[in-house]
Amino acid sequence: MTLDVALLLGQDGLVNGAIYALLALALVLVFSVTRVIFIPQGEFVAFGGLTLAALQAGRVPGTLWLLCGAGAAVAVRDGLAALQARSARGLPRTLLWSVAYPASMAALLRLAPFRSWPAWVQIPLALALVVPLGPAVYRLAYQPIAGAPVLVLLIVSVAVHMALVSLGLLLFGAEGFRTAPFSEARWDVGGIPVGAQSLCVVLFSGALIAALWLFFERTLHGKALRASAMNRTGARLVGIPVGLTGKASFALAALVGAFSGILIAPITTLYYDTGFLIGLKGFVGAILGGLASHPLAAAGALLVGLIEAFASFWASAYKEVIVFTLIIPVLVWRSLRTRHVEEDD
Amino acid sequence: MPRLFRTIAPLAALLAGTALGAEINVGVTVSATGPAASLGIPSRNTVALLPTTIGGVKVNYIVLDDATDSTTAVKNARKLTSESHVDLLVGSNTVPNSLGMIDVAAETETPMISLAAGARIVEPVDEKKRWVFKTPQNDQLMATAVARHMAARGVKTVAFIGFADAYGDGWWAEFSKAAAANKLQVVAGERYNRPDTSVTGQVLKILAAKPDAVLVGGAGTPAVLPQKTLVERGYKGLVYQTHGVANPDFLRVGGKDVEGTFLPAGPVVVASQLPDDHPSKKVALEFIKRYETVHGPGTASAFAAHAWDAGLLIQAAVPVALQKARPGTREFRTALRAALEGVRGLHGAHGVFDMSPTDHVGLDQRARVMVQIRNGAWQLVQ
Repeated sequence: MTLDVALLLGQDGLVNGAIYALLALALVLVFSVTRVIFIPQGEFVAFGGLTLAALQAGRVPGTLWLLCGAGAAVAVRDGLAALQARSARGLPRTLLWSVAYPASMAALLRLAPFRSWPAWVQIPLALALVVPLGPAVYRLAYQPIAGAPVLVLLIVSVAVHMALVSLGLLLFGAEGFRTAPFSEARWDVGGIPVGAQSLCVVLFSGALIAALWLFFERTLHGKALRASAMNRTGARLVGIPVGLTGKASFALAALVGAFSGILIAPITTLYYDTGFLIGLKGFVGAILGGLASHPLAAAGALLVGLIEAFASFWASAYKEVIVFTLIIPVLVWRSLRTRHVEEDD
Repeated sequence: MPRLFRTIAPLAALLAGTALGAEINVGVTVSATGPAASLGIPSRNTVALLPTTIGGVKVNYIVLDDATDSTTAVKNARKLTSESHVDLLVGSNTVPNSLGMIDVAAETETPMISLAAGARIVEPVDEKKRWVFKTPQNDQLMATAVARHMAARGVKTVAFIGFADAYGDGWWAEFSKAAAANKLQVVAGERYNRPDTSVTGQVLKILAAKPDAVLVGGAGTPAVLPQKTLVERGYKGLVYQTHGVANPDFLRVGGKDVEGTFLPAGPVVVASQLPDDHPSKKVALEFIKRYETVHGPGTASAFAAHAWDAGLLIQAAVPVALQKARPGTREFRTALRAALEGVRGLHGAHGVFDMSPTDHVGLDQRARVMVQIRNGAWQLVQ
């Protein structure tokens, strides 16, 4: 192996690692706030990329129907809850988000010539279609059992993952899609070619991570999320609505997932089921960080990306085995180091 | 009493129908969801176009989805044979699924036509596999075409990058043999997974070996990724793909990066460019017309044509078997198997089928053409 090859592999590893890091952060966020191991995280990656691809091809993305369906289901659920509670408080807000919003999106997609719009308008539009699915998933699948043990929440996650993958096949079809690159430019940095798209992935990932950090450190909502992650009961006692923090964390996770999908869609072919493996590698990164520490999770995810790149050079047939075997020594080390505390659910 | 009669009457009619055996039941299991969905969906679409009467007898097609899962494929085959009492099994789209179904076919003495490519589905024809036929070409037929084409173009060294699954393994094995026979030196053999988002490591290793040509052993749109990475890294040699990529989506996803690629394919892929005396031209054009009338222009693929060929085999064998026995009986299934084995000179969309007791594919070199991608379309290489 020459230095050139090592640098190229390192570059490839960093680009993939940046995406894994984003997903690892989202997984840690969702887990610490809601105790949900969010297996469907990867589906949002696929949905984000495929939605943008559909917009660029001038087709109405299947995500719109998913959004309408999820909105209708949320409206019915909240409506029933309001009937039971004999109180219409909060209903207008629900109707706004679950009925009026999807309807206005549908109208927009029907009337607007979105195909000819520039990428910087199409991307927010794709995000606007995918991100509301996060809170909707939380409202429908997790909020009714928010107090259940971690294992039950995990099993629900598996079910949600299966449902979303199947819906993905139905809405997007079995074939893969790519989107137009943000830029085709390439530079030579010390004899190593660096693509603008790869640079975009790293830069935007870094920017998003910085934005998340600012959100958690500097805003009231971010602090509320952190408070409910540290101590749910305490957070409720000081008046933080725990249901709302759950929805907020899922919205952030969906945003991070969909944005990751949009970032990688120009450099790889995305399929309806691509997300699972990407999400799983982010999960390995999050495990390296103990599912609690944000910086450790990001570092772990970068490590996963790098190991993957070098493994694909030396032993391509065993690449996945090497990446996923990584989790065993880490778990052994962690279980030896930390005292095991019984979960008090 | 009348109410009881109303319940029983249709049931009795149903039983009578089964007993009379006036109808032929064809059980189909395809991978319409899961990783092989891009093969299974066209197959399912094609089955819907097959004739519903053959030799004056009504034919029912019972189509199930196996989600590209071999356990489900076997379960489907069991259900079709034991509950629906089918006279013939068709499917499935992948090698592992088809291999699993062989036991069911042999045990229930039901002939089966597989839509997967692997030669080991039908070879060697033994006590079990005598019940099994398949329509796609063997990998070996395609691999020798690739190796010969490379040798003719003056290629000396070649690298391989393929799926880390049965498809990649099959091609690696067959191509290694064909390369040795044509004095090609294989300088690298790399693997990747269908859902991988990057193959930079493998491609760098291939570039380090400086091959004259690279063969990508992948199917469908996931086969684009290695080629895009090769182009990105400045590879200037020849790139070959396998017949598994011959669908319009490969061209759509590959774009200008797959321009100039060579691949072996069934004649149906370039049907309109075939010389008029090619045995598959008429059948292939007819199939494309039928398929695209229903599903829109440009939708007919090589995978759909394998299912169409299975339909042609059924139409050739059923009238012969009908003379021997009635549908729904063991005798009919035995006769149908013998009739399938006796098919000679049948012009299909993918070639000419000449079945024999030792060859249950029956395709020869007329079932392959070399194709090049030029201007975003498949072009026949003369």
